[in-house]
Amino acid sequence: MIYQDSKTLLAVRDLHATVNGIEILKGMDLTVKSGEVHAIMGPNGSGKSTFAKVLAGHPAYEVSGGEVRFEGNNLLELKPEARARAGVFLGFQYPIEIPGVANSQFLRLAYNTVQAGRGKDELDPLEFDDFVREKMKLLEMNPDFLDRSVNEGFSGGEKKRNEILQMALLEPKLAILDETDSGLDIDALRIVAGGVNQLANKDNAIVLVTHYQRLLNYIVPDYVHVMESGRIVKTGGKELALELEARGYDWVGAEAKANARVST
Amino acid sequence: MSTALQNLVNQPYQHGFVTDIESDVAPKGLSEDTIRLISAKKNEPEWLLELRLTAYRHWLTMKEPQWPNVKYPKIDFQAITYYSAPKPKNKLASMDEVDPELLRTFEKLGVPMNERAKLAGVAVDVIFDSVSVATTYKAKLAEVGIIFCSISEAVHEHPELVRKYLGSVVPAGDNYYAALNSAVFTDGSFCFIPKGVKCPMDLSTYFRINTESSGQFERTLIVAEEGASVSYLEGCTAPKFDTNQLHAAVVELVALDNADIKYSTVQNWYAGDENGLGGIYNFVTKRGLCKGVNSRISWTQVETGSAITWKYPSCILRGDNSVGEFYSVALTNHHQQADTGTKMVHLGKNTRSTIVSKGISAGHSNNSYRGLVRIAPTAAGARNYSQCDSMLIGERCGANTFPYIQVSNPSAKVEHEASTSKIGEDQLFYFAQRGVGAEEAVSMIINGFCKDVFQQLPMEFAVEATKLLGLKLEGSVG
Repeated sequence: MIYQDSKTLLAVRDLHATVNGIEILKGMDLTVKSGEVHAIMGPNGSGKSTFAKVLAGHPAYEVSGGEVRFEGNNLLELKPEARARAGVFLGFQYPIEIPGVANSQFLRLAYNTVQAGRGKDELDPLEFDDFVREKMKLLEMNPDFLDRSVNEGFSGGEKKRNEILQMALLEPKLAILDETDSGLDIDALRIVAGGVNQLANKDNAIVLVTHYQRLLNYIVPDYVHVMESGRIVKTGGKELALELEARGYDWVGAEAKANARVST
Repeated sequence: MSTALQNLVNQPYQHGFVTDIESDVAPKGLSEDTIRLISAKKNEPEWLLELRLTAYRHWLTMKEPQWPNVKYPKIDFQAITYYSAPKPKNKLASMDEVDPELLRTFEKLGVPMNERAKLAGVAVDVIFDSVSVATTYKAKLAEVGIIFCSISEAVHEHPELVRKYLGSVVPAGDNYYAALNSAVFTDGSFCFIPKGVKCPMDLSTYFRINTESSGQFERTLIVAEEGASVSYLEGCTAPKFDTNQLHAAVVELVALDNADIKYSTVQNWYAGDENGLGGIYNFVTKRGLCKGVNSRISWTQVETGSAITWKYPSCILRGDNSVGEFYSVALTNHHQQADTGTKMVHLGKNTRSTIVSKGISAGHSNNSYRGLVRIAPTAAGARNYSQCDSMLIGERCGANTFPYIQVSNPSAKVEHEASTSKIGEDQLFYFAQRGVGAEEAVSMIINGFCKDVFQQLPMEFAVEATKLLGLKLEGSVG
C-alpha cells in the first residue's frame, strides 16, 4: 500500500552488473518506499533474477556501475550476511538443499544470528520451537518440516513455503521474492500469498519478481515494472499486469524503443 | 574456495612440538639381530621371540601391497629405527616416577596421566614412541578383575592370556604391515575384561610419536569374555617433521559369547604441511573377532591426520547373531591421501553388520572408501547395510568409493547406498542470505554430514572430534 509519510527503503540508481564478464543489468533504476508492494515482470533473460541476486550480494555477480542505497546507506559495500541482518531478504527461486542439517537447526541459527546482529534477544531451542510452530500455522505447514533436512526432498510447494516461513521469522524490511509462484499449485499459491499478505505492513516493503500475473491476483501490487534487456522500460499500476497478460511483452519493448527514438 | 572456507579447513596443527627427552635408541635397520635385540631389551620369553622371527621370515617373502589408491615413494625399511624408548625404562611403581618432561608433554596434549586430574573417569595407557610409559587406574580396575596394562607387562604377568589371543585375530602373516608389526612391535595396550564384567569406565590408549626416524609398531589386544563389555578410546598425535614416519600398528579385538566391545579412534597424526612434505604413513591393521554368539564389536573412527591413511577396521562375525558396526569420518586436506573402510565377514547365522562412512575431501587431497562385505555360505539370514557418503570442498580434491560385495548365501540381505555432495558457493550464499557467515555455515553442514558417526562417539571424544574438524557446535545439541 502507498502511504503518504513513508520513507525510502531502497534506492537503485543506474545499476550495472555482470556475470562471467557479460553485462546483464544495464542501468537499472528503482525506488521502493516502506509499505509498498512492487512487481517486477518481464520476459525470460530480461535480468529480473539477476537484479534480485545482486541486491542480496550473490558472489557470482559483479557490480560494474551505479549505486544501491538501503535506508540511505550503501548496500553494495556490505557482505551478503550483513545485508540479511540489515533487513534485506531474498526468497529464492530455487531454494538450496542442505542434506543432514535439520530445518529446525537451520532456522534457529538464522533467526538467532539475525537477532544478534540487530541487538535483540536470541532464543534457546525450546523457546524457538514454540515460536516457529506459531509462525508455521500462518503457512499451514506440518510440524514434521522441522525435523527434515533443509529443503531436501521437499516438493516445490514445500520449498516455497519454507522460504516464506524464513521471511516470517527474520522479519525483513525489504523482501525480494524471486519467482515465488513458480511450481505452486493453486492451493499452495493461495497459502503462500496469504502468508506474504499477513507479513506485509507499513514499515516493510515487498518486491515480487514474477513471470505471470496470476500471483498478483493474490498479492496486489502498488506498482508494476516491466524489465527488458537489463533495465526497467515501463512502470504502471496493477492494471499493467493484466494488460501484459493479455498482450504479452513484445509491445512494451517496441514502445520503449519508439520512445527512445523520439527522445533522441 | 572462499577464504573463510580456506581458513577453516587449514587450521595449523596443534600438536607438532618435539619433547626433548633422552631415549634408548637401537641402530637403524632391520634384521634378525634387530628383532633379537628388541626381544632381549624387553626380556621376552622364547615363544614370543619365535613368533617375531617367524613373522619376520614370512615378511621377507611378501610384497608391499599395491592395490590401495595412494601414492608414495618406496619405503626404505633399513633407514628406520625399530626401537626407541624414553629413559628410564625400568618399571614405574607410581605416576610420581614418570619423567616430568613426559608428564608435561601429555598435559600439553590434554591427556590425563594424573588420576586426580579433572578429566578423571577415563583410564589411560600412555604410549610414547611405542613404549607404554604409564597406565592409570590399574589398581581400581583390578578390583573387578579387569587387566589393563602395557602389552610388554602383560607378556610377563599374564603370559597364558597373551599367548592364547595374540595373533588369533590378525595372524603374523596376515598382510605385509601386520607381518612387519608382528616381527618388531615394541609395545601397546593389553586389556582383558573377565566374564560378566561391565567395565566401569572408558579405557583409552594415547599414542604419541616423538622420534623422527623411528617407526611406530604398537600392538593392542583387547579380550572381552562372556557377557563382558568395554568402551575403548584411542588418540594419536605426533610432532611435525619434514620426513615421513611409518606407523604400522595392529589392533586385535576378541569378543566371546554376549560380549560387547566398542572401539573409538580420533586419529590426529601429523598430516604433513600444505605442500605435502612430511607426515605419518598410517598403515594399520585393525580387526575384531565376534567369536561368541550374540557378541558385538563396534568401530568408530574419526581420521583427520596422517599423510597417508591405509586402514580397514574389520569384523569377523563368527558367532551366531553377532553384530559388527563401522562408523567412520575421514577428513583429508592439502595433499593427504586416505584409503580407508572396513571388512565385514559374515560366517555365523543371522549375523548383522552396519557400515556408515563419511569422507570429506578438501585441498588437493584424495579420499577413498574401500569396503568388503562377505556373506559366507554358512551365514544364513545375514544382513548388511552400508552407507558411504562423500563430501567435496573445493575443486581440486577427489573422492572414490570401492565397495566389494560377495554373497554366498541366498537368504542374506545386503544394502548399499552411496552419495556425493559438495559444499558449494550456492549453499554458502543461502546461509549468508539468512545472516549466517561462511564459517558457521560450513560448521553446520559438516556437522550435519557427520552426525550419524559423531553420535556413536563417547561424549568427550565427540567434542574433540567436532573441534578437530575445525567446527564450532552451534544449534540444538542432543
